[in-house]
Amino acid sequence: MIRVAVVDYGAGNLVSIGQGLAAVGASVTFASSGTGLGGADAMVVPGVGAAAPAMDRLRAQGLVEPIRRWITDGRPYLGICLGLQLLFDGSDEDGAETFGIVPGRTVLLERAPTLPHIGWNQVEQRRRHALFEGIPDGSDFYFVHSYAGRPAVGLTPADDPTPDDELSPAEELTLAETVHGGSFLSALASGPLLGVQFHPERSGPAGLRLLSNFVRIAANAIPQRTPAATAAPSVAGRPA
Amino acid sequence: MLRLRIIPCLDVADGRVVKGTRFVDLVDEGDPAELGTRYAAEGADEICFLDISAAPEGRGTLLDAVERTARRAFIPLTVGGGVRSVDEMRAVLRAGADKVSLNTAAVADPDLVSRCAARFGRQAVVVAIDARQRTPTAGNGSRVWDVLVRGGREATGLEAVAWAERAAELGAGELLVTSIDRDGTGAGFDTALLRAITDRVDVPVIASGGAAGPADFVAAVVDGGAAAVLAASIFHRRVHSIAAVKAAMAAAGLPIRPIRPIRPIEPVKPVVA
Repeated sequence: MIRVAVVDYGAGNLVSIGQGLAAVGASVTFASSGTGLGGADAMVVPGVGAAAPAMDRLRAQGLVEPIRRWITDGRPYLGICLGLQLLFDGSDEDGAETFGIVPGRTVLLERAPTLPHIGWNQVEQRRRHALFEGIPDGSDFYFVHSYAGRPAVGLTPADDPTPDDELSPAEELTLAETVHGGSFLSALASGPLLGVQFHPERSGPAGLRLLSNFVRIAANAIPQRTPAATAAPSVAGRPA
Repeated sequence: MLRLRIIPCLDVADGRVVKGTRFVDLVDEGDPAELGTRYAAEGADEICFLDISAAPEGRGTLLDAVERTARRAFIPLTVGGGVRSVDEMRAVLRAGADKVSLNTAAVADPDLVSRCAARFGRQAVVVAIDARQRTPTAGNGSRVWDVLVRGGREATGLEAVAWAERAAELGAGELLVTSIDRDGTGAGFDTALLRAITDRVDVPVIASGGAAGPADFVAAVVDGGAAAVLAASIFHRRVHSIAAVKAAMAAAGLPIRPIRPIRPIEPVKPVVA
């Protein structure tokens, strides 16, 4: 059975995430310290709200470095909402410096007709990926947020020089996008580093299927956790 | 594009779902967690629990129902009824609610709305407004609605549209607007009340009170400007299904979340440490 550590830093509804993962067959532990991650096969970082207080709590619990190490070691990670946004360099919401794993920033949703963006919206898959296996393109997921991660300039599809027949670094990162006024990053994938802006634990059957896909990805990653496989993609593996 | 939401509402008294007419003559409709889970499976976009017993001893059974539903339903839950403080709101969120609805307490202590929004974010704060049309109407013939609290038993001196604007300014992320005149009557939503409020606030308004059939849901959105529509008895009594309501809304060109069959992967034995 796949052991999933859900990082508990006092942000977000852990009951439903734990139940969602358990419902799809994972063994769930809640980790409120670095040692709580021991023995886990996969990590889920949930969270709602602003980046600065979240980073303060993660730091106070000694979790920032263990999480960064987990990701740079190429181990399965699923960030949910704030857990995705924290992967970037920093947040425009309060200027907080975040994990700095993915080049880019968390920015306010552009041209949004209403903020916060709350409710069911369509997730448009930009490429095929095991995280969305069995989930029709354009399926609705539940969102609650005002900010979203934006890959750094040079990583956005519009301004990258990569030929059309090749995936650009940004396209490799971007797994799905959603429209609320402007278009924003609603799912990210770089090797075993995964993040979703929506709440799968609140998104009915589609959300449960996504969680079970993540557990399956983690299961498949276990035998591959060798030095060769930990050379994560350049973006995800960028040194601190 | 954001979808319009269909929200089955469970009025809970002493741990059971009940439904009345104009807030009285309550009839037992079943176990709240069982009904909530059923609605999630049938395509509800959100579930609303309202504790109408308003007695302190009812609270434990409501939180228990919320927790049991949150463990099985995996869609957003809104919970209201008798929450009077930031601490009480925290307890409801801990039980698995995503949003808390404030009604009587918000009227008595408007700053509570701001304190809850500051602590948990405005997306978690719903202000519920129970409105009754004033007779006679205002001097110029336009309709005016009064705000009542304590389950529609007590006048407040507040006018509904003005209170709606104030509540949004205070930090409500959403307004749940119930017409007392229409509640449980099947006479259709009070679209004039809804329109009067949606014309004046930017936050989403949930229409409540009076649903008889799918056409009423369409009217609440098209005529009333509602972002979500709530109903109780027509779903409890299986008069209409959520699927039938969504089909009518889709036929009217309104954006709804389609009910898609998504096959789960067969789970192995679940364990939570």
